[in-house]
Amino acid sequence: MAISRQDVLTIAKLARLTLTEDEINMFQEQLSDVLEYAAQLQTLDTTGVPPTASALPLNNVMRSDEVALSLDNEDALANAPDSDGRSFRVKAVLD
Amino acid sequence: MNYEPVIGMEVHIELDTRSKMFCSCSAQFFGIEPNTNVCPVCLGMPGALPVINKRAVEFTIMTGLALNCQIQRHSVFARKNYFYPDLPKGYQISQYELPLCLNGYVDIQTEAGPKRIRVRRAHLEEDTGKLTHVGEHSLVDLNRAGVPLLEIVTEADIHSAEEAYAYVTKLRQLVRYLGVSTGDMEKGAMRCEVNLSLKNAESGEWGTKVEVKNLNSFRAVRNAIAYEIERQTQVLNSGGTIEQVTMGWDESNGRTVLQRTKEGDTGYRYFPEPDLPPLDLEQAWIDDIAAALPELPDAKLARYTGDYGLPAADAAVLAEDRAVAEFFDAAVAAATNEVDVSPKLISNWVSGELFRRLSESGADISAVKITPEQLVSLIKLVAGNTINQSAAKKVFGVMFDSGRAPQNIVEELGLQQISSADALRPIAQQVIAEHPGPVEQFKSGKEGIINFLVGQIMRATRGKADPKLAEQTLRDLMQD
Ligand SMILES: [Zn+2]
Repeated sequence: MAISRQDVLTIAKLARLTLTEDEINMFQEQLSDVLEYAAQLQTLDTTGVPPTASALPLNNVMRSDEVALSLDNEDALANAPDSDGRSFRVKAVLD
Repeated sequence: MNYEPVIGMEVHIELDTRSKMFCSCSAQFFGIEPNTNVCPVCLGMPGALPVINKRAVEFTIMTGLALNCQIQRHSVFARKNYFYPDLPKGYQISQYELPLCLNGYVDIQTEAGPKRIRVRRAHLEEDTGKLTHVGEHSLVDLNRAGVPLLEIVTEADIHSAEEAYAYVTKLRQLVRYLGVSTGDMEKGAMRCEVNLSLKNAESGEWGTKVEVKNLNSFRAVRNAIAYEIERQTQVLNSGGTIEQVTMGWDESNGRTVLQRTKEGDTGYRYFPEPDLPPLDLEQAWIDDIAAALPELPDAKLARYTGDYGLPAADAAVLAEDRAVAEFFDAAVAAATNEVDVSPKLISNWVSGELFRRLSESGADISAVKITPEQLVSLIKLVAGNTINQSAAKKVFGVMFDSGRAPQNIVEELGLQQISSADALRPIAQQVIAEHPGPVEQFKSGKEGIINFLVGQIMRATRGKADPKLAEQTLRDLMQD
Protein backbone atom coordinates (compact mmCIF):
# COMPACT_ATOMS: atom_id res chain seq x y z
CA MET A 1 0.00 0.00 0.00
CA ALA A 2 1.12 3.52 -0.80
CA ILE A 3 0.49 4.72 2.73
CA SER A 4 1.95 3.02 5.79
CA ARG A 5 0.25 2.60 9.13
CA GLN A 6 2.78 5.11 10.53
CA ASP A 7 1.82 7.65 7.85
CA VAL A 8 -1.80 7.41 8.94
CA LEU A 9 -0.85 7.91 12.58
CA THR A 10 1.31 10.93 11.71
CA ILE A 11 -1.43 12.54 9.62
CA ALA A 12 -3.97 11.88 12.37
CA LYS A 13 -1.68 13.51 14.92
CA LEU A 14 -1.18 16.60 12.74
CA ALA A 15 -4.96 16.81 12.24
CA ARG A 16 -5.56 16.32 15.99
CA LEU A 17 -7.66 13.19 15.34
CA THR A 18 -7.92 10.15 17.59
CA LEU A 19 -8.53 7.05 15.50
CA THR A 20 -9.76 3.61 16.47
CA GLU A 21 -7.89 0.53 15.24
CA ASP A 22 -10.60 -0.05 12.59
CA GLU A 23 -10.34 3.54 11.40
CA ILE A 24 -6.56 3.32 11.08
CA ASN A 25 -6.95 0.31 8.81
CA MET A 26 -9.77 1.91 6.86
CA PHE A 27 -7.91 5.19 6.29
CA GLN A 28 -4.71 3.41 5.37
CA GLU A 29 -6.65 1.67 2.60
CA GLN A 30 -8.65 4.72 1.49
CA LEU A 31 -5.72 7.14 1.50
CA SER A 32 -3.64 4.62 -0.41
CA ASP A 33 -6.42 4.36 -3.02
CA VAL A 34 -6.37 8.16 -3.39
CA LEU A 35 -2.60 8.22 -3.89
CA GLU A 36 -2.71 5.29 -6.30
CA TYR A 37 -5.34 7.12 -8.34
CA ALA A 38 -3.15 10.23 -8.38
CA ALA A 39 -0.20 8.06 -9.40
CA GLN A 40 -2.07 7.21 -12.62
CA LEU A 41 -2.06 10.90 -13.50
CA GLN A 42 1.66 11.04 -12.84
CA THR A 43 2.24 8.58 -15.68
CA LEU A 44 1.22 11.31 -18.15
CA ASP A 45 4.08 12.96 -20.02
CA THR A 46 4.10 16.58 -18.82
CA THR A 47 7.41 17.55 -20.40
CA GLY A 48 7.26 21.23 -21.29
CA VAL A 49 4.11 21.87 -19.25
CA PRO A 50 4.79 24.40 -16.49
CA PRO A 51 3.58 23.47 -12.99
CA THR A 52 0.21 25.04 -12.25
CA ALA A 53 -0.79 26.27 -8.81
CA SER A 54 -4.30 27.28 -9.78
CA ALA A 55 -6.82 25.95 -12.25
CA LEU A 56 -8.48 29.37 -12.65
CA PRO A 57 -7.61 31.50 -15.69
CA LEU A 58 -6.66 34.36 -13.37
CA ASN A 59 -3.55 36.06 -12.08
CA ASN A 60 -2.51 39.30 -10.36
CA VAL A 61 -5.79 39.77 -8.53
CA MET A 62 -4.92 42.53 -6.09
CA ARG A 63 -6.74 45.24 -4.18
CA SER A 64 -5.54 48.71 -3.31
CA ASP A 65 -4.43 49.31 0.27
CA GLU A 66 -7.60 50.87 1.62
CA VAL A 67 -9.27 50.35 4.95
CA ALA A 68 -12.95 49.40 5.07
CA LEU A 69 -15.25 48.88 8.00
CA SER A 70 -14.57 45.84 10.18
CA LEU A 71 -17.08 43.81 12.21
CA ASP A 72 -18.35 45.04 15.55
CA ASN A 73 -16.64 43.31 18.42
CA GLU A 74 -19.99 41.80 19.44
CA ASP A 75 -20.55 40.31 15.97
CA ALA A 76 -16.98 39.03 15.82
CA LEU A 77 -17.49 37.09 19.05
CA ALA A 78 -21.09 36.01 18.32
CA ASN A 79 -20.18 32.49 17.15
CA ALA A 80 -17.46 31.89 19.71
CA PRO A 81 -18.03 29.08 22.22
CA ASP A 82 -16.47 31.23 24.93
CA SER A 83 -15.28 34.81 25.38
CA ASP A 84 -14.62 37.41 28.06
CA GLY A 85 -16.78 39.89 26.18
CA ARG A 86 -13.77 41.30 24.29
CA SER A 87 -11.55 38.39 23.34
CA PHE A 88 -12.06 34.79 22.35
CA ARG A 89 -11.38 32.56 25.33
CA VAL A 90 -9.75 29.14 25.01
CA LYS A 91 -8.13 26.63 27.34
CA ALA A 92 -4.69 27.87 28.37
CA VAL A 93 -2.00 27.24 25.77
CA LEU A 94 1.63 27.64 26.63
CA ASP A 95 4.32 27.19 24.02
CA MET B 1 38.24 21.98 21.13
CA ASN B 2 37.63 24.92 18.83
CA TYR B 3 34.20 25.50 17.39
CA GLU B 4 33.07 27.97 14.77
CA PRO B 5 29.50 29.25 15.25
CA VAL B 6 27.40 28.94 12.09
CA ILE B 7 24.32 31.12 12.21
CA GLY B 8 21.39 31.70 9.89
CA MET B 9 18.64 34.19 10.67
CA GLU B 10 14.95 34.49 9.92
CA VAL B 11 13.63 37.97 10.44
CA HIS B 12 9.93 38.81 10.30
CA ILE B 13 9.08 42.40 9.47
CA GLU B 14 5.62 43.85 9.87
CA LEU B 15 4.85 45.90 6.78
CA ASP B 16 3.46 49.37 7.44
CA THR B 17 0.39 49.16 5.21
CA ARG B 18 -2.93 50.76 6.07
CA SER B 19 -4.98 47.57 5.66
CA LYS B 20 -4.28 43.90 6.26
CA MET B 21 -2.67 41.47 3.83
CA PHE B 22 -5.83 39.78 2.54
CA CYS B 23 -8.74 41.91 3.79
CA SER B 24 -9.63 45.58 4.25
CA CYS B 25 -9.43 45.64 8.06
CA SER B 26 -7.10 48.26 9.48
CA ALA B 27 -3.61 46.84 10.07
CA GLN B 28 -3.35 48.78 13.35
CA PHE B 29 -3.16 46.51 16.37
CA PHE B 30 -0.92 48.23 18.89
CA GLY B 31 -2.99 49.74 21.70
CA ILE B 32 -6.31 48.92 19.95
CA GLU B 33 -9.31 47.34 21.72
CA PRO B 34 -9.13 43.55 21.13
CA ASN B 35 -11.01 42.08 18.17
CA THR B 36 -12.23 45.37 16.71
CA ASN B 37 -10.17 45.27 13.48
CA VAL B 38 -11.48 41.90 12.36
CA CYS B 39 -13.76 40.62 9.59
CA PRO B 40 -14.90 37.27 8.17
CA VAL B 41 -11.64 36.95 6.16
CA CYS B 42 -9.17 37.43 9.01
CA LEU B 43 -11.43 35.54 11.44
CA GLY B 44 -11.27 32.55 9.10
CA MET B 45 -15.03 32.28 8.64
CA PRO B 46 -16.24 29.72 6.06
CA GLY B 47 -16.71 31.11 2.56
CA ALA B 48 -14.71 34.30 3.12
CA LEU B 49 -12.16 34.91 0.38
CA PRO B 50 -8.77 36.64 0.66
CA VAL B 51 -7.58 39.31 -1.81
CA ILE B 52 -3.90 40.36 -2.02
CA ASN B 53 -2.96 43.86 -0.81
CA LYS B 54 -1.06 45.43 -3.70
CA ARG B 55 0.96 47.79 -1.49
CA ALA B 56 2.25 44.86 0.57
CA VAL B 57 3.54 43.29 -2.66
CA GLU B 58 5.09 46.64 -3.62
CA PHE B 59 6.78 46.95 -0.18
CA THR B 60 8.12 43.41 -0.55
CA ILE B 61 9.56 44.19 -3.98
CA MET B 62 11.13 47.42 -2.63
CA THR B 63 12.75 45.51 0.22
CA GLY B 64 13.81 42.69 -2.09
CA LEU B 65 15.52 45.19 -4.39
CA ALA B 66 17.24 46.87 -1.44
CA LEU B 67 18.46 43.40 -0.41
CA ASN B 68 19.86 42.89 -3.93
CA CYS B 69 17.43 40.00 -4.53
CA GLN B 70 16.14 38.71 -7.84
CA ILE B 71 12.47 39.65 -7.90
CA GLN B 72 10.44 36.66 -9.07
CA ARG B 73 7.82 37.76 -11.56
CA HIS B 74 5.95 34.50 -11.02
CA SER B 75 5.16 33.74 -7.41
CA VAL B 76 2.56 31.74 -5.53
CA PHE B 77 1.00 31.86 -2.07
CA ALA B 78 0.82 28.65 -0.08
CA ARG B 79 -0.95 27.33 2.97
CA LYS B 80 1.15 26.41 5.96
CA ASN B 81 -1.02 24.11 8.05
CA TYR B 82 -0.86 23.90 11.82
CA PHE B 83 -3.17 24.29 14.79
CA TYR B 84 -2.80 27.08 17.28
CA PRO B 85 -5.48 29.35 18.78
CA ASP B 86 -3.83 32.51 17.35
CA LEU B 87 -4.35 31.12 13.83
CA PRO B 88 -8.09 31.14 13.14
CA LYS B 89 -8.05 29.37 9.77
CA GLY B 90 -5.90 26.44 10.90
CA TYR B 91 -3.34 27.56 8.32
CA GLN B 92 -1.24 30.60 7.65
CA ILE B 93 -1.14 32.00 4.13
CA SER B 94 2.54 32.23 3.28
CA GLN B 95 4.82 31.53 0.35
CA TYR B 96 6.81 28.33 0.01
CA GLU B 97 8.22 27.08 -3.26
CA LEU B 98 7.80 30.31 -5.22
CA PRO B 99 8.57 33.34 -3.03
CA LEU B 100 8.70 36.92 -4.34
CA CYS B 101 12.43 37.46 -3.71
CA LEU B 102 15.44 35.14 -4.07
CA ASN B 103 19.23 35.23 -3.80
CA GLY B 104 20.18 38.61 -2.40
CA TYR B 105 22.72 39.92 0.04
CA VAL B 106 23.35 42.54 2.68
CA ASP B 107 26.76 44.05 3.41
CA ILE B 108 27.47 44.66 7.07
CA GLN B 109 30.36 46.37 8.83
CA THR B 110 32.36 44.27 11.28
CA GLU B 111 35.51 44.98 13.25
CA ALA B 112 37.39 42.95 10.66
CA GLY B 113 35.94 45.07 7.84
CA PRO B 114 32.90 44.75 5.56
CA LYS B 115 31.22 41.38 5.28
CA ARG B 116 28.54 40.04 2.96
CA ILE B 117 25.56 38.10 4.35
CA ARG B 118 23.68 36.24 1.64
CA VAL B 119 19.88 36.41 1.68
CA ARG B 120 18.33 33.11 0.55
CA ARG B 121 14.79 34.40 0.14
CA ALA B 122 12.25 36.97 1.22
CA HIS B 123 8.57 36.16 1.10
CA LEU B 124 5.23 37.62 2.03
CA GLU B 125 2.85 36.11 4.56
CA GLU B 126 0.27 37.06 7.18
CA ASP B 127 0.79 37.58 10.88
CA THR B 128 -1.06 35.60 13.56
CA GLY B 129 -3.19 36.90 16.42
CA LYS B 130 -2.03 37.60 19.93
CA LEU B 131 -2.52 35.36 22.97
CA THR B 132 -2.70 36.55 26.55
CA HIS B 133 -2.57 33.93 29.26
CA VAL B 134 -4.93 34.46 32.17
CA GLY B 135 -5.01 31.66 34.74
CA GLU B 136 -6.74 28.62 33.27
CA HIS B 137 -7.44 30.40 30.01
CA SER B 138 -5.84 32.13 27.09
CA LEU B 139 -7.47 35.19 25.55
CA VAL B 140 -7.22 35.52 21.78
CA ASP B 141 -7.06 38.94 20.08
CA LEU B 142 -7.17 38.71 16.29
CA ASN B 143 -6.47 42.37 15.45
CA ARG B 144 -2.97 41.35 14.38
CA ALA B 145 -4.14 38.26 12.47
CA GLY B 146 -3.67 38.94 8.77
CA VAL B 147 -1.30 41.92 9.10
CA PRO B 148 1.27 41.67 6.26
CA LEU B 149 4.53 40.14 7.32
CA LEU B 150 7.74 39.93 5.32
CA GLU B 151 10.05 37.05 6.19
CA ILE B 152 13.71 37.41 5.27
CA VAL B 153 15.90 34.31 5.48
CA THR B 154 19.70 34.38 5.30
CA GLU B 155 22.17 31.69 4.39
CA ALA B 156 24.24 30.45 7.35
CA ASP B 157 26.82 33.20 6.75
CA ILE B 158 26.80 34.75 10.22
CA HIS B 159 29.54 33.65 12.61
CA SER B 160 29.17 35.68 15.79
CA ALA B 161 26.71 37.53 17.99
CA GLU B 162 28.20 40.82 16.81
CA GLU B 163 27.65 39.97 13.14
CA ALA B 164 24.04 38.99 13.88
CA TYR B 165 23.57 42.29 15.68
CA ALA B 166 25.08 44.21 12.77
CA TYR B 167 22.82 42.34 10.34
CA VAL B 168 19.53 43.04 12.14
CA THR B 169 20.55 46.66 12.72
CA LYS B 170 21.24 47.00 9.01
CA LEU B 171 17.87 45.44 8.13
CA ARG B 172 16.10 47.91 10.41
CA GLN B 173 17.95 50.79 8.81
CA LEU B 174 16.95 49.57 5.32
CA VAL B 175 13.25 49.11 6.08
CA ARG B 176 13.17 52.53 7.73
CA TYR B 177 14.89 54.14 4.73
CA LEU B 178 12.35 52.48 2.47
CA GLY B 179 9.48 53.49 4.74
CA VAL B 180 8.01 49.97 4.59
CA SER B 181 8.13 49.30 8.35
CA THR B 182 8.88 51.01 11.63
CA GLY B 183 11.37 48.21 12.34
CA ASP B 184 10.49 48.67 15.99
CA MET B 185 11.50 45.42 17.71
CA GLU B 186 10.11 46.40 21.10
CA LYS B 187 6.67 46.80 19.54
CA GLY B 188 6.98 43.54 17.61
CA ALA B 189 7.33 45.16 14.17
CA MET B 190 10.55 43.18 13.73
CA ARG B 191 11.06 39.71 15.18
CA CYS B 192 14.07 37.45 14.91
CA GLU B 193 14.74 33.76 14.98
CA VAL B 194 18.19 32.32 14.91
CA ASN B 195 19.45 28.94 13.70
CA LEU B 196 22.73 28.18 15.34
CA SER B 197 25.13 25.28 15.24
CA LEU B 198 28.77 24.83 16.12
CA LYS B 199 31.13 23.57 13.47
CA ASN B 200 34.17 21.67 14.65
CA ALA B 201 37.06 23.88 13.56
CA GLU B 202 39.47 20.94 13.15
CA SER B 203 37.35 18.20 11.58
CA GLY B 204 35.02 20.63 9.77
CA GLU B 205 32.10 18.55 11.03
CA TRP B 206 28.79 20.42 11.28
CA GLY B 207 26.91 20.38 14.56
CA THR B 208 23.20 19.99 15.21
CA LYS B 209 21.09 23.04 14.41
CA VAL B 210 19.30 24.67 17.34
CA GLU B 211 16.61 27.28 16.82
CA VAL B 212 16.42 30.26 19.19
CA LYS B 213 13.19 32.26 19.36
CA ASN B 214 11.64 35.05 21.39
CA LEU B 215 14.27 37.66 20.55
CA ASN B 216 12.40 40.88 21.19
CA SER B 217 15.18 43.45 21.14
CA PHE B 218 18.50 44.05 19.43
CA ARG B 219 20.23 43.41 22.74
CA ALA B 220 18.40 40.09 23.07
CA VAL B 221 19.70 39.01 19.64
CA ARG B 222 23.28 39.64 20.73
CA ASN B 223 22.96 38.21 24.24
CA ALA B 224 21.00 35.09 23.25
CA ILE B 225 23.49 34.14 20.54
CA ALA B 226 26.48 34.70 22.83
CA TYR B 227 24.77 32.61 25.51
CA GLU B 228 23.83 29.79 23.13
CA ILE B 229 27.36 29.59 21.68
CA GLU B 230 28.74 29.28 25.20
CA ARG B 231 26.12 26.70 26.22
CA GLN B 232 26.69 24.46 23.20
CA THR B 233 30.47 24.73 23.55
CA GLN B 234 30.23 23.54 27.13
CA VAL B 235 27.93 20.64 26.27
CA LEU B 236 30.27 19.47 23.49
CA ASN B 237 33.43 19.93 25.54
CA SER B 238 32.00 17.82 28.33
CA GLY B 239 31.32 15.01 25.85
CA GLY B 240 27.58 15.68 25.48
CA THR B 241 25.51 15.94 22.32
CA ILE B 242 23.34 18.81 21.03
CA GLU B 243 19.69 17.96 20.41
CA GLN B 244 17.71 19.47 17.55
CA VAL B 245 15.39 21.66 19.61
CA THR B 246 13.83 25.09 19.80
CA MET B 247 15.09 27.29 22.60
CA GLY B 248 13.45 30.49 23.83
CA TRP B 249 15.36 33.50 25.13
CA ASP B 250 14.50 34.23 28.76
CA GLU B 251 15.32 37.94 28.98
CA SER B 252 14.88 38.34 32.72
CA ASN B 253 17.24 35.46 33.55
CA GLY B 254 19.61 36.04 30.64
CA ARG B 255 19.50 32.46 29.37
CA THR B 256 17.93 30.23 26.72
CA VAL B 257 15.36 27.66 27.79
CA LEU B 258 14.02 24.60 26.00
CA GLN B 259 10.74 25.31 24.19
CA ARG B 260 9.77 22.21 22.28
CA THR B 261 11.10 19.62 19.90
CA LYS B 262 10.99 20.84 16.36
CA GLU B 263 8.43 19.87 13.77
CA GLY B 264 9.91 19.44 10.31
CA ASP B 265 8.67 21.25 7.20
CA THR B 266 6.68 18.18 6.14
CA GLY B 267 4.54 18.60 9.27
CA TYR B 268 3.19 21.85 7.81
CA ARG B 269 1.87 20.11 4.67
CA TYR B 270 2.37 23.19 2.49
CA PHE B 271 0.30 23.39 -0.66
CA PRO B 272 -0.60 26.21 -3.09
CA GLU B 273 -3.33 28.47 -1.71
CA PRO B 274 -6.39 27.63 -3.89
CA ASP B 275 -8.14 30.89 -2.95
CA LEU B 276 -5.40 33.11 -4.41
CA PRO B 277 -4.49 33.15 -8.11
CA PRO B 278 -0.71 33.30 -8.68
CA LEU B 279 1.15 36.56 -9.22
CA ASP B 280 2.65 37.13 -12.66
CA LEU B 281 4.05 40.61 -12.28
CA GLU B 282 4.73 43.01 -15.12
CA GLN B 283 8.43 43.75 -15.46
CA ALA B 284 7.48 47.40 -16.05
CA TRP B 285 5.93 47.62 -12.59
CA ILE B 286 9.07 46.18 -10.98
CA ASP B 287 11.18 48.64 -13.00
CA ASP B 288 9.01 51.56 -11.83
CA ILE B 289 9.43 50.49 -8.21
CA ALA B 290 13.20 50.19 -8.68
CA ALA B 291 13.36 53.66 -10.23
CA ALA B 292 11.46 55.18 -7.30
CA LEU B 293 13.68 53.66 -4.58
CA PRO B 294 15.40 56.26 -2.39
CA GLU B 295 19.18 56.41 -2.32
CA LEU B 296 20.15 53.73 0.22
CA PRO B 297 22.59 54.10 3.12
CA ASP B 298 25.50 52.28 1.42
CA ALA B 299 25.25 54.55 -1.61
CA LYS B 300 25.05 57.64 0.58
CA LEU B 301 28.07 56.52 2.56
CA ALA B 302 30.06 55.99 -0.62
CA ARG B 303 29.06 59.43 -1.92
CA TYR B 304 29.90 61.21 1.34
CA THR B 305 33.35 59.65 1.67
CA GLY B 306 34.08 59.61 -2.07
CA ASP B 307 32.61 62.80 -3.56
CA TYR B 308 32.77 64.94 -0.42
CA GLY B 309 35.88 63.47 1.19
CA LEU B 310 34.19 63.13 4.58
CA PRO B 311 35.84 60.83 7.14
CA ALA B 312 34.08 57.43 7.25
CA ALA B 313 32.86 57.97 10.82
CA ASP B 314 31.29 61.36 9.95
CA ALA B 315 29.68 59.91 6.83
CA ALA B 316 28.22 57.00 8.81
CA VAL B 317 26.63 59.35 11.34
CA LEU B 318 24.93 61.32 8.56
CA ALA B 319 23.82 58.28 6.55
CA GLU B 320 22.46 56.43 9.58
CA ASP B 321 19.01 58.01 9.40
CA ARG B 322 17.30 58.90 6.14
CA ALA B 323 15.83 62.20 7.41
CA VAL B 324 19.23 63.36 8.68
CA ALA B 325 20.92 62.35 5.42
CA GLU B 326 18.28 64.17 3.40
CA PHE B 327 18.68 67.33 5.52
CA PHE B 328 22.43 67.16 4.91
CA ASP B 329 21.92 66.50 1.18
CA ALA B 330 19.56 69.48 0.89
CA ALA B 331 22.08 71.73 2.64
CA VAL B 332 24.90 70.56 0.36
CA ALA B 333 22.64 71.23 -2.64
CA ALA B 334 21.84 74.71 -1.33
CA ALA B 335 25.56 75.41 -0.97
CA THR B 336 26.47 74.31 -4.50
CA ASN B 337 27.59 77.81 -5.48
CA GLU B 338 29.07 78.75 -2.11
CA VAL B 339 32.80 78.11 -2.24
CA ASP B 340 33.08 78.94 1.49
CA VAL B 341 30.51 76.34 2.57
CA SER B 342 32.02 72.87 2.19
CA PRO B 343 30.17 69.58 2.83
CA LYS B 344 32.61 69.06 5.72
CA LEU B 345 31.49 72.32 7.38
CA ILE B 346 27.83 71.37 6.90
CA SER B 347 28.54 67.89 8.28
CA ASN B 348 30.15 69.43 11.37
CA TRP B 349 27.12 71.62 12.03
CA VAL B 350 24.62 68.79 11.48
CA SER B 351 26.36 66.19 13.63
CA GLY B 352 27.53 68.79 16.14
CA GLU B 353 25.18 71.63 17.02
CA LEU B 354 22.04 70.22 15.36
CA PHE B 355 22.36 66.78 17.03
CA ARG B 356 23.14 68.42 20.38
CA ARG B 357 20.01 70.59 20.22
CA LEU B 358 17.87 67.68 19.02
CA SER B 359 18.96 65.44 21.86
CA GLU B 360 18.59 68.25 24.41
CA SER B 361 15.06 69.02 23.31
CA GLY B 362 14.13 65.38 22.63
CA ALA B 363 12.84 66.48 19.22
CA ASP B 364 13.00 64.47 16.01
CA ILE B 365 14.77 65.79 12.91
CA SER B 366 11.47 65.65 11.05
CA ALA B 367 10.16 68.43 13.33
CA VAL B 368 13.24 70.65 13.07
CA LYS B 369 12.45 74.32 12.35
CA ILE B 370 15.76 75.23 10.73
CA THR B 371 15.76 74.76 6.97
CA PRO B 372 18.87 73.43 5.20
CA GLU B 373 19.06 76.78 3.34
CA GLN B 374 19.13 78.70 6.63
CA LEU B 375 21.94 76.53 7.93
CA VAL B 376 23.95 77.32 4.80
CA SER B 377 23.29 81.07 5.33
CA LEU B 378 24.56 80.78 8.89
CA ILE B 379 27.74 79.00 7.80
CA LYS B 380 28.24 81.73 5.17
CA LEU B 381 28.02 84.41 7.87
CA VAL B 382 30.87 82.70 9.72
CA ALA B 383 32.92 82.06 6.59
CA GLY B 384 32.52 85.71 5.55
CA ASN B 385 33.65 86.93 9.00
CA THR B 386 30.31 88.59 9.73
CA ILE B 387 30.06 86.64 12.98
CA ASN B 388 32.51 84.43 14.83
CA GLN B 389 32.01 80.79 15.75
CA SER B 390 30.73 81.38 19.28
CA ALA B 391 28.22 83.98 18.09
CA ALA B 392 27.17 81.51 15.39
CA LYS B 393 26.31 78.93 18.02
CA LYS B 394 24.20 81.51 19.82
CA VAL B 395 22.39 82.34 16.56
CA PHE B 396 21.91 78.64 15.84
CA GLY B 397 20.15 78.24 19.19
CA VAL B 398 17.67 80.99 18.34
CA MET B 399 17.16 79.55 14.85
CA PHE B 400 16.50 76.11 16.34
CA ASP B 401 13.85 77.47 18.71
CA SER B 402 12.19 79.90 16.31
CA GLY B 403 12.94 78.89 12.73
CA ARG B 404 13.95 82.50 12.00
CA ALA B 405 16.58 83.48 9.41
CA PRO B 406 20.12 83.92 10.80
CA GLN B 407 20.67 87.43 9.33
CA ASN B 408 17.74 88.85 11.36
CA ILE B 409 18.98 87.27 14.55
CA VAL B 410 22.53 88.58 14.07
CA GLU B 411 21.18 92.12 13.61
CA GLU B 412 18.73 91.90 16.46
CA LEU B 413 21.33 90.63 18.91
CA GLY B 414 24.04 92.93 17.53
CA LEU B 415 26.42 90.05 17.03
CA GLN B 416 28.22 91.36 13.96
CA GLN B 417 31.86 90.66 14.38
CA ILE B 418 34.29 93.54 14.83
CA SER B 419 36.58 92.61 12.03
CA SER B 420 38.37 95.80 11.13
CA ALA B 421 41.79 96.43 12.65
CA ASP B 422 40.95 100.11 13.02
CA ALA B 423 38.01 99.33 15.25
CA LEU B 424 39.97 96.83 17.34
CA ARG B 425 43.17 98.87 17.81
CA PRO B 426 41.89 101.26 20.55
CA ILE B 427 40.39 98.31 22.47
CA ALA B 428 43.68 96.40 22.21
CA GLN B 429 45.61 99.47 23.35
CA GLN B 430 43.40 99.76 26.40
CA VAL B 431 43.80 96.03 27.25
CA ILE B 432 47.60 96.41 26.99
CA ALA B 433 47.54 99.49 29.24
CA GLU B 434 45.42 97.73 31.85
CA HIS B 435 47.50 94.53 32.01
CA PRO B 436 51.19 95.48 32.25
CA GLY B 437 52.08 92.20 33.99
CA PRO B 438 50.92 89.80 31.29
CA VAL B 439 52.30 92.14 28.61
CA GLU B 440 55.71 91.96 30.29
CA GLN B 441 55.46 88.15 30.46
CA PHE B 442 54.62 87.99 26.77
CA LYS B 443 57.55 90.19 25.86
CA SER B 444 59.87 87.98 27.89
CA GLY B 445 58.84 84.99 25.75
CA LYS B 446 55.76 83.47 27.47
CA GLU B 447 53.79 82.97 24.24
CA GLY B 448 50.74 81.36 25.80
CA ILE B 449 49.77 84.48 27.72
CA ILE B 450 48.51 86.00 24.44
CA ASN B 451 45.32 83.94 24.86
CA PHE B 452 44.63 85.75 28.12
CA LEU B 453 44.94 89.12 26.39
CA VAL B 454 42.73 88.00 23.47
CA GLY B 455 40.22 86.87 26.08
CA GLN B 456 40.22 90.39 27.53
CA ILE B 457 39.41 91.83 24.10
CA MET B 458 36.59 89.30 23.64
CA ARG B 459 35.25 90.33 27.03
CA ALA B 460 35.45 94.03 26.25
CA THR B 461 33.60 93.48 22.96
CA ARG B 462 31.13 91.04 24.49
CA GLY B 463 32.37 88.27 22.22
CA LYS B 464 32.07 90.20 18.97
CA ALA B 465 35.74 90.58 18.09
CA ASP B 466 37.27 88.40 15.40
CA PRO B 467 39.65 86.41 17.65
CA LYS B 468 42.33 85.99 14.97
CA LEU B 469 42.35 89.67 14.14
CA ALA B 470 42.41 90.55 17.86
CA GLU B 471 45.49 88.40 18.36
CA GLN B 472 47.24 89.94 15.33
CA THR B 473 46.43 93.48 16.54
CA LEU B 474 47.83 92.69 19.99
CA ARG B 475 51.03 91.22 18.53
CA ASP B 476 51.50 94.25 16.27
CA LEU B 477 51.04 96.66 19.15
CA MET B 478 53.28 94.80 21.60
CA GLN B 479 56.10 94.56 19.03
CA ASP B 480 56.29 98.35 18.75
ZN1 LIG C 1 -10.17 41.38 8.23
